[in-house]
Amino acid sequence: MKVIETPIPPEKIKELKVGDAFYITGTIFTARDAAHEKLLELEDDQVPIDPSKYAMFHCGPAIHKEDGEWKVVSAGPTTSIRMEIFEDDFIERFGTKVIIGKGGMAERTLKALKDNGAVYCQYTGGAGALMANAIKEVEDVHFLEELGIPEAIWMFRVEEAGPFLVTMDSHGNSIHDDVDEEVKKNLERIRSEL
Amino acid sequence: MIVMNQAELESALVKAIQKAVTGVTDETEEALKKAKEDEEKEGPKVQLDAILENIDVGRGEKRPICQDTGTQTFFIQVGEDFPSIGILKKALKNAVKEATHTIPLRPNAIDPISDVNSDDNTGRFIPALHWDIVEGDEAVIHVIPKGGGSENMSELVMMTPGRGLKGVKEIVLDRIAGMAGKPCPPTVVGVGIGGGADLAMELAKKALLRPVGENHPEERIANLEKELKEKANELGVGPMGVGGKTTVMDVKIEYAHRHPASFPVAVLPQCWANRQAKLKIDPQGNVEVI
Repeated sequence: MKVIETPIPPEKIKELKVGDAFYITGTIFTARDAAHEKLLELEDDQVPIDPSKYAMFHCGPAIHKEDGEWKVVSAGPTTSIRMEIFEDDFIERFGTKVIIGKGGMAERTLKALKDNGAVYCQYTGGAGALMANAIKEVEDVHFLEELGIPEAIWMFRVEEAGPFLVTMDSHGNSIHDDVDEEVKKNLERIRSEL
Repeated sequence: MIVMNQAELESALVKAIQKAVTGVTDETEEALKKAKEDEEKEGPKVQLDAILENIDVGRGEKRPICQDTGTQTFFIQVGEDFPSIGILKKALKNAVKEATHTIPLRPNAIDPISDVNSDDNTGRFIPALHWDIVEGDEAVIHVIPKGGGSENMSELVMMTPGRGLKGVKEIVLDRIAGMAGKPCPPTVVGVGIGGGADLAMELAKKALLRPVGENHPEERIANLEKELKEKANELGVGPMGVGGKTTVMDVKIEYAHRHPASFPVAVLPQCWANRQAKLKIDPQGNVEVI
């Protein structure tokens, strides 16, 4: 089992290639559509976290309070492509090196990953119970009142969270693009044989 | 006439909802294990490993396997001579509210006009109830909470009738290829053919109730299901869309007679988290989660 600790050193990111799977110990923060928008509109001195230090997780958790403490019920990934409209600006500005979600992202993000030495990883959609087990503590939450539970920025301390499969690396490769092309070709053949 | 104990029924329904959201059906788990054996590449293997481990965690800790605990949906078959029909609707709504707090479920019912979440998974026409009157004196309730990610990939095509069965196959395969990893494959794909627009969609969802691995009782439909499954798995979308051999666990078809001018084809995928439970109530009021 390959475990990487946050903050993740830039040279470690360069070593990661599409098809590699790894686990994270350290801190990850959640950010969906509203959190991207929020952080990007803030002035630098108002941003409450340093997104370059931690892995970013496209996730809106199921979470509730037990005896005054936040407990994660289930925390799988949400569909990443919705964040495509912000992600290149986000990576440019905040220097986030590891982005975790599901379903992959497109051209703009792939270019930003390459320009900034970052990777996109897929965490298995629906595997929310497994992730909740790896979350040992809710360290903090930002913009909870303003954005609500799913859209708030949750800071999770995790131990051996994963597996995260690198599907877009810092060298311009994307498993999603490769699969799309393959599926298109296969569909054409299958249709011609119907 | 026997009057059923509503509180008892509600508590059994909460148990059935819990059983559904904290695991997948046995047949689904078997199909996922087989899919893992079939894969050779690392990427799809990693996805299936995580899926199977996640199912173990959910079952072991009674924790919802996915944070999206779905829209609470029920298919109810009520026997003609079932004596307690009057309490079913109320009991279902109350059970959903109770389950939201005790399991807990993510509140997933939003007023589409005001955008306000009801916070208890109930609202106008929600939980979604599909009623069917059948022979006998029992009632069977199928619990199928359905996630938004896979539901969003549903499609209805009012096909030109002249395209015929070949057109149906094209629509289903185009859709499975087009939705790629988004509905969280390996999926179970429900297909509704015929009827009107509404009936085709309802049949596509109803088709998902048949256990994974079990084909339609009519041979001609079963053959169509097998053909579409085989071809869908040649597409190469793979588990979670990272490429691989298993894109669908099953294609399930239901059909109705159609209007001469219409040929509706509905495609409605269910994610790998095929969460279902079934509850039987006998005329004496005995409730059993099956």
